[in-house]
Amino acid sequence: MKETINFILNGKPISLDVDGERMLLWVLRTDLGLTGTKFGCGQYLCGACTVIVDKRAVRSCGYPVRNVEGREVITIEGLAGNGELHPLQKAFMEHDALQCGFCTPGMILNAYSLLLRNPHPSREEIISSMDNNLCRCGAHNRIVQAIQTASE
Amino acid sequence: MNNDEYKDVELNHLTSQFTLNRREFVKLLGGGIVIFFTIGDSSVLLAQRQQRGYPADFNAYLRIGEDGRVACFTGKIEMGQGVITSLAQMAAEELNVSLGSVDMVMGDTELCPWDMGTFGSRTTPVFGPVLRAAAAEAKAVLIELATEHLQIPKSRLQAEDGVVFDKNQRENQVTYAQLAKGKIIERRMDEKPALKAKSEFTVIGKPVLRRDALEKVTGEAKFTGDIRLPGMLYARILRPPAHGASLKSVDVSEAEIIEGIQVVRENDFIAVLHEYPDEAEKALEKINAQFDIPENNVNDKTIFEHLLNVAPEGNVADRGGSIEEGEKSASFIFEETYLNSYVAHAPIETHTAVVQIEGDKATVWASTQTPFSVQSSIARSLGIPSENVRVITPYVGGGFGGKTQNRQAEEAARLAKLTGKPVQVAWSRAEEFFYDTFRPAAVVKIRSGITDAGKISFWDYCVFFAGERESQQFYDIPHHVTMVSGDWGRSTTGSHPFSTGAWRAPAVNTNTFARESQIDIMASKAGIDPLEFRLKHLSDDRMRKLLDAAAEKFGWTPSKAPSGRGFGIACAKYLGTYIATMAEVDVNEQNGNVQVKRVVCAQDMGIAINPEGAKIQIEGCITMGLGYALTEEMHFKGGEILDLNFDSYKLPRFSWLPEIETVLVETGDVPPQGGGEPAIVNMGGVIANAIFDATGVRLYQLPMTPERVIEGVRRK
Ligand code: FES
Ligand code: FES
Repeated sequence: MKETINFILNGKPISLDVDGERMLLWVLRTDLGLTGTKFGCGQYLCGACTVIVDKRAVRSCGYPVRNVEGREVITIEGLAGNGELHPLQKAFMEHDALQCGFCTPGMILNAYSLLLRNPHPSREEIISSMDNNLCRCGAHNRIVQAIQTASE
Repeated sequence: MNNDEYKDVELNHLTSQFTLNRREFVKLLGGGIVIFFTIGDSSVLLAQRQQRGYPADFNAYLRIGEDGRVACFTGKIEMGQGVITSLAQMAAEELNVSLGSVDMVMGDTELCPWDMGTFGSRTTPVFGPVLRAAAAEAKAVLIELATEHLQIPKSRLQAEDGVVFDKNQRENQVTYAQLAKGKIIERRMDEKPALKAKSEFTVIGKPVLRRDALEKVTGEAKFTGDIRLPGMLYARILRPPAHGASLKSVDVSEAEIIEGIQVVRENDFIAVLHEYPDEAEKALEKINAQFDIPENNVNDKTIFEHLLNVAPEGNVADRGGSIEEGEKSASFIFEETYLNSYVAHAPIETHTAVVQIEGDKATVWASTQTPFSVQSSIARSLGIPSENVRVITPYVGGGFGGKTQNRQAEEAARLAKLTGKPVQVAWSRAEEFFYDTFRPAAVVKIRSGITDAGKISFWDYCVFFAGERESQQFYDIPHHVTMVSGDWGRSTTGSHPFSTGAWRAPAVNTNTFARESQIDIMASKAGIDPLEFRLKHLSDDRMRKLLDAAAEKFGWTPSKAPSGRGFGIACAKYLGTYIATMAEVDVNEQNGNVQVKRVVCAQDMGIAINPEGAKIQIEGCITMGLGYALTEEMHFKGGEILDLNFDSYKLPRFSWLPEIETVLVETGDVPPQGGGEPAIVNMGGVIANAIFDATGVRLYQLPMTPERVIEGVRRK
């Protein structure tokens, strides 16, 4: 059943006519053409689909688009502001915190929500809050370093 | 990737002109200076001739455009291993241009020379030297042109940063762009020009940022699933519950009523398509299907016995001395069996493809390690000539050997033909696990002996189903034989219940685990420190140096195992690269948990083109290797795959992270070797040996799960 959903996407108000039960991941990737958010498992198990809703990281593969009504959504495409990369993006580049890069958007946004809650996390805190984001290429070590750098 | 810039190059009519000569080909590439070269031997050229319509006396080329930019065309693909950066570095080095002015055009069958595929850590050692030579040749051509242009003898000219200038008078200069302007020059590289020596390098060997990093941190990077063409449909395909199952009955009426859904059926191939992937998924769930599942009792526990029963006759891979003699001089004989389970590739990007058919031409975007084999298989299934199929490879989200199989692309092609629309097939995680070509379950049997003096007297080795690669041991052992039965890919019928294939460093993870465990068992029995025991049996200086380097970094002090410290060691060779690894583990004997605290990996891969890139690959190998060492194992019942997502199939996580230190050792002028795979091969052995050192428990089966650790503790 189609309904109108109003929310802020990457800083801009938008209005969508869409079946509210569809998952945010697919609405972002298809209807809105924002393909930076990735599909990895479809079952809350990998974090590739992570986006920010009202400052919290959510897994968009299991998040009905209806739930974003009136909220603020940030995807990887919206993280850099005014042509300036976010410190996390810079740090991921500097530390080579990616290989194939498929997990990267989810990693960066999950780290982003961590830094909102806790601007100066310890190494242990970084590891425990990133633990449910999977990376098959084994970029973990550099990802931790990048988050540390971005939080300094 | 930079393919977009080349899309307007009208290469389509290439395909109908088998007689096209190089000069015409250069024109089609857009002019400038083009250097042709050949990689591999004549069989490669032959294979290419069958693929392509253009001249067949070369299979690689490099172009300096009128804008002074350098384009390298390669059929290799970027899947995280970093070749998009290291290949560009090689070209930039020999041409004396900045790294930023080199474009890599990769994995596009229309623009790039034929290539077998990206695997086996072969990109750097095989492609690299020829690319460097071509770049050096290009520079020689530019200098020649500059002599004419500037009217200055060659001896006074120097090239730097894309400019040729008079050494005596620097403002007397001309840029590469000016030299290439309005020219159509083709050069065939017959003789190898002199390459720069290591001491002259300014780009190779210097750490640089990944060239794809910016796109990947901003979400701009395009992977296959990100391609959405006008009118494109997303497909979901009905799958059997088990390999070998056949469709008994099916009812699609519930699926058909979903708005906008298209149901396609061709015999047992049934798919639902929709403009939204999630709607297609919903429709798939509404299909009611019954299958006949054939009886098959083999499972993840009984598989090893089964494999030994059906193993084909073995071949001798290596032999020296006489086992009989060796047995006579042995005072202890060790007879052990090592097992490893099926392991999945599990890239985070599942197999994905988009196919668009227009008339008798098809364009394919695929997440693949083998774009040219996608091209030929799709041509075959569509019944059109190969040259009518263009395969474009966007960034690939991890491959590890698994994306050398391209079933998803054939499915997309089939559906594009049946529906008359562009189609995307992106596998679900369950499909990715189901259709994976697993690292095979394998068995290694070793008999070996030591003398009273603690010298290995004989080595009788047989590997079943893992494969031959690096099965030949490299220690100084007077009497030895290595037998190989079966292979990772071509499995005999009736052996594996599903497909198997190459998995990051195929065969070598299994062979190294078995060999290095057996060496440690003997060292422990002989009462000798495992490092010392290895050195005692090694005359290869490269390996000795590497072990020393690892030991120094690790702070290894001699002790016989088990020392209670939880220190492990393993060393290996992988296609020309040497690797020595040391690890420290903590074992909880109550819950069986193994925490790897520290890993030191020393690697000798010849000259490292991009040392930072090499270190990243090593770290990746170590982290990924924790998985097959500790948790990764496919559970199954006959043809039914039981692990279909990351809840039961456990990948390494952040909380497992050991402290990782890498040491790159460069022995003399050994040419650059591949680095995407070697460091993973020691992980099973080094952790098994560390667990033994910590607890005195020897584990013979990978992965070393908490259950197996507890079981080992109980046996002790
Ligand atoms: S795709 Fe959403 S958690 Fe994996
Ligand atoms: S970089 Fe490939 S999955 Fe993380």
